[in-house]
Amino acid sequence: MQTKSFLLLLCLSGMAGKVLSQDSTDLLNLVGQEQPKKEYVYNAFKSPRVIMSHSMEMLRPGVLDFRILHRFGLISGGLYDFYGLDGPAVVRLGLDYGLNNNLSIGIGRSSTKELDGFIKYRLIQQANGVRNTPVSLVLVAGSTVSIKQFPNQDKYVFGDRLAYYWQGIIGRKFSTALTMQLMPIFLHRNMVDTSIDHNDVFAPGIGARVKLSKRISLNVDYYYVLHHDVSRDLSVKYYNPLSIGVDIETGGHVFQLHFTNSSGINEKAFLTETGHSWSDRDIFFGFNISRQFQLKKKKG
Amino acid sequence: MLKKNLILFVALCVSIASFAQGKFYTKTGKISFLSKAPLEEIEGKNKTVTAVVDSKTGAIQFAIQMKGFEFEKQLMQQHFNENYVESDKYPKAEFKGTISNNSTINYKKDGNYPAKVKGKLTIHGVTRDVETTGSLKINGGKIDANSTFNVLISDYNIKIPAVVKDKVSNTIKITVDCDLEPLKS
Repeated sequence: MQTKSFLLLLCLSGMAGKVLSQDSTDLLNLVGQEQPKKEYVYNAFKSPRVIMSHSMEMLRPGVLDFRILHRFGLISGGLYDFYGLDGPAVVRLGLDYGLNNNLSIGIGRSSTKELDGFIKYRLIQQANGVRNTPVSLVLVAGSTVSIKQFPNQDKYVFGDRLAYYWQGIIGRKFSTALTMQLMPIFLHRNMVDTSIDHNDVFAPGIGARVKLSKRISLNVDYYYVLHHDVSRDLSVKYYNPLSIGVDIETGGHVFQLHFTNSSGINEKAFLTETGHSWSDRDIFFGFNISRQFQLKKKKG
Repeated sequence: MLKKNLILFVALCVSIASFAQGKFYTKTGKISFLSKAPLEEIEGKNKTVTAVVDSKTGAIQFAIQMKGFEFEKQLMQQHFNENYVESDKYPKAEFKGTISNNSTINYKKDGNYPAKVKGKLTIHGVTRDVETTGSLKINGGKIDANSTFNVLISDYNIKIPAVVKDKVSNTIKITVDCDLEPLKS
């Protein structure tokens, strides 16, 4: 008897549900529109660099990013030097390539007669949804090699020209407008200027962007360098690199216009060779141009 | 006695099932759009469209996740989501309408029926009246719904910057291709 009434109840409730849904004007609710289980977060930055540093954003697969980095001379040169536009300028030309969604490689050459290369891997990607991942974790390993002609060149071996860096980037896109990342970096130089300079340099860093409009964002890029070098004749003091600029996206290009106290254009250079200070108003105007080409097209 | 009840129960359930019939749905419908501008053709394809048709009332509804659109070039996808449809802010597009000639469609008989559809299309948070024609192909109790129509993106408060005027068209051709199955519950 009990089962019977239970069955009847089941049928009735089923019927009631049916009638109810019949009335409902929103048919889509009938089939349920659950949110995707895991939705990866993209576009944390407009490009894979904050300004100087690697950002938590990766290149998409099959995308080649041609990057022209340019730093003019010191703004403090005044009108005579046209506020630095007369130079001396530092330029780096680079090619970065997205091998897959989580792996990129890149090479570059700077006018300071240095070559550099890196490999960048995203271990964890920030995601929303049922299985939410709050941050992205990106690891970068890179190397620079000086191709400068040294005096008494024969005294040195090739290894003396090398420096390496390893960087971890923990970043979060908090909202469409705000992204922040912590980016501790460890740099090792095989050879340094003086015996009291540290071969190993550690620098915690922070990068952020605030979107001002759909196509323009404000970016900040800063490192606190733990062990600054001491220049041989004490004529140069070294400072922490700070860059502030805007990203302007115009379809195929991203222009990163910025002010910085570092004319250094690779990791080794901006961490250990920043010889100017914001407080002395010794800053440079610079720009990065990023032009992306889709080499491998998506099928389907 | 129990057996009799069981038969009654099954009969009741079957009758309910047939009562529920008349609705068709899919969650893997296809909608694509094409922007044909002098310098560039941009095509986005979405293969996870949710669609429901009620054959009794002629009601027809679509929902689509904007982030589900895929493009030939990754940069297009990025710009589409970031700069044009703002899919973080407006994740979904929806169409809610009716088939105005629903009485001329026999959902029980195989055949290709022309359909007139009228309703409200919401993209980028803006809702507009849309009227279009398409076809419902009934085949073995399933519906293959097809339609092609144009929308103006300026109608949906999406702006095209002057610098990409020759690369993005204001007129977007939308193609709907959804295979709907009977909705069982």
